[in-house]
Amino acid sequence: MNAVLTAVRHEIDGMNWKRKAAWVVVIFLLLQGLFLTGKRFIFGLGAVTNLTDEFPWGMWISFDVVGGVALAAGGFTLCFLVYVIGYHKFHDIVRPTVLTAFLGYVLVAVGLLYDLGKYYNVWHPMIMWNPHSVMFEVAWCVMLYLTVLFLEFVPVVLEKFKLVKPLKTLQKFTIPLVIAGVLLSTLHQSSLGSVFLIVPEKLHPLWYTPILPLLFFLSAVVVGPAMVIVESELSARVFRRGLELNILSELAKYLQVALFVYVGLKIQDFFVRKVVDQVFTMHYESLFMLLELGLLVGAMVILAFPKMRTNSRGLFWAGSLVVIGILLNRFNVSWIGMQRGSGATYMPALSEIGVSLFLVTAGALVFYFVCRFFPIFPAISEEDTERIESLKSRKEKRLSAQVVK
Amino acid sequence: MSKAILLDFTKCIGCRACEKACAEEHRLPDDPPTDKLNYKNYTVVLQRGNQYFRKMCMHCQTPVCVSVCPVAALEKTSDGPVIYYPDKCMGCRYCMMACPFQIPKYEWEKPVPVIRKCIMCNKRVAEGLETACAWVCPTAATRFGDREKLIQIAERRFATFPGKYVEYLYGKNEVGGTSVIMLSGIPFEEMGFRMDLGTTALPELTWTVMSKIPNVVMTGGILLGGISWIIHRRMQIDQEAHSHDKDHGNGKGGGK
Repeated sequence: MNAVLTAVRHEIDGMNWKRKAAWVVVIFLLLQGLFLTGKRFIFGLGAVTNLTDEFPWGMWISFDVVGGVALAAGGFTLCFLVYVIGYHKFHDIVRPTVLTAFLGYVLVAVGLLYDLGKYYNVWHPMIMWNPHSVMFEVAWCVMLYLTVLFLEFVPVVLEKFKLVKPLKTLQKFTIPLVIAGVLLSTLHQSSLGSVFLIVPEKLHPLWYTPILPLLFFLSAVVVGPAMVIVESELSARVFRRGLELNILSELAKYLQVALFVYVGLKIQDFFVRKVVDQVFTMHYESLFMLLELGLLVGAMVILAFPKMRTNSRGLFWAGSLVVIGILLNRFNVSWIGMQRGSGATYMPALSEIGVSLFLVTAGALVFYFVCRFFPIFPAISEEDTERIESLKSRKEKRLSAQVVK
Repeated sequence: MSKAILLDFTKCIGCRACEKACAEEHRLPDDPPTDKLNYKNYTVVLQRGNQYFRKMCMHCQTPVCVSVCPVAALEKTSDGPVIYYPDKCMGCRYCMMACPFQIPKYEWEKPVPVIRKCIMCNKRVAEGLETACAWVCPTAATRFGDREKLIQIAERRFATFPGKYVEYLYGKNEVGGTSVIMLSGIPFEEMGFRMDLGTTALPELTWTVMSKIPNVVMTGGILLGGISWIIHRRMQIDQEAHSHDKDHGNGKGGGK
């Protein structure tokens, strides 16, 4: 115990004020989250949410579940590229991505527990079947995919504790596991779109289209690598490690192609369903649709410049725009576009946002500690070390400049 | 023979006997709101202009709620009622989300809530009795019987009383037909009933996608397995060729 405390004290002493402030925020978010969790499970959904009979799905479905599943799509896209079609250049970022996907899905599952009225019945789809229900299929896929992600991640733990034998056995199953993961992801990513096929009378025609499942799947393929880029940037800063810039630039090329396909299909779909004029009515829904498209087009413009594509700031911006754009798409389908048809308006309560922030914070924290204690990131290469050195010297110069002032 | 309820709003005198009989039959709370449906009531009598009308579960012929429930907590019985098993329910509220009539209500204030909605007195119906609301109705504005017969009766009224009704039998074809059918003297939109629901049963919308899943899994699995095998085999051959050459360049690999 004492040793831990000493280590923690040592850790805190070594932090600059920015890190200390960040930890204060993290701890605050955790505490308010614990408080809200208690409130939710003691007093029920009505006590912490703005949900109503007219609008029964809110922030926790839009963000924690529908959004969360999309943002965790990096796992299957990258594993597909690396293991199925043998694009080994991305090998070094597979581990952090699989870890993110795994934690992402765990968060989705936990978030779902908050949202389910009878959360203790969450396992019921296992024995009470209804193959007609899209939700039934999503439930099964997510359960199975969580298992797959767990098995994809376990080698890291086995490696750390040098358990060679189970590690070798598991590695033999890498490719079948990855293929299972890709299939399961294809199914449930698209099915989250199918979930909304059943509400033609409620979902706004800008978003309601028979190809919703296809659009959901493609947008997952788009946002997966974007999320990998954003995360790599963030974790590079947090862990003060080098950035795999050449890998990420390569990934950005792939992202660009995926974006073209997705945005192209979306626009073509407007024409096919003859709703092009509705995109520009400048009503509530039209503005959200334009924003959604604008964010993605913005990313496409940034990525069109090779200079931006090979530059860490450019990549970060493009990645963030895509992440926000696709997240907004999920919000639009499950929330913004549903309001008029349901005859209700919905704004999440502060406590709903609080719980979502709590879950994200908890996830990030687990990610942080797993990365510190397990071999997640590749050993730093030479060029990365150079980059870090140059960063350090730049910082020193800046500091000395301040002193001169 | 599937049972149904015929509501003739022109006959309703707004006595609310159906509300009371319903509350008694299903032991509902004493203090339900009288202006809208919520978890405390299964039906409500409302007024628009000088016509009274009722809101209740429509008991669709092909119910969306039954099709979307991931744990089969809702069921359409052969008698006609759409019933609910609270013990199975996990509270995902997809039924509320998907119902085109926005009927299922939730006990938001309870720590462990369940869905509440009219279950068409399924126990009474199974015993061969009428629903409580139909049994108690003094003017036969609510009438219980075989669906086919009720439709005939309703359509005959159009001819017998010309000008009394808007000549539309609501529920005959809505979302594939419902087990509650309604006659009205004023347009249905004015009472908040949607006229844009179409006549296809909504579950077909998702079933067309769902039924393709086994196919996607099979084809996808074989395709992915095949691609991966071919690519890895090629790499293996490549590598063997390289190690024979002995002068393999390092680092750069394929690509540029």
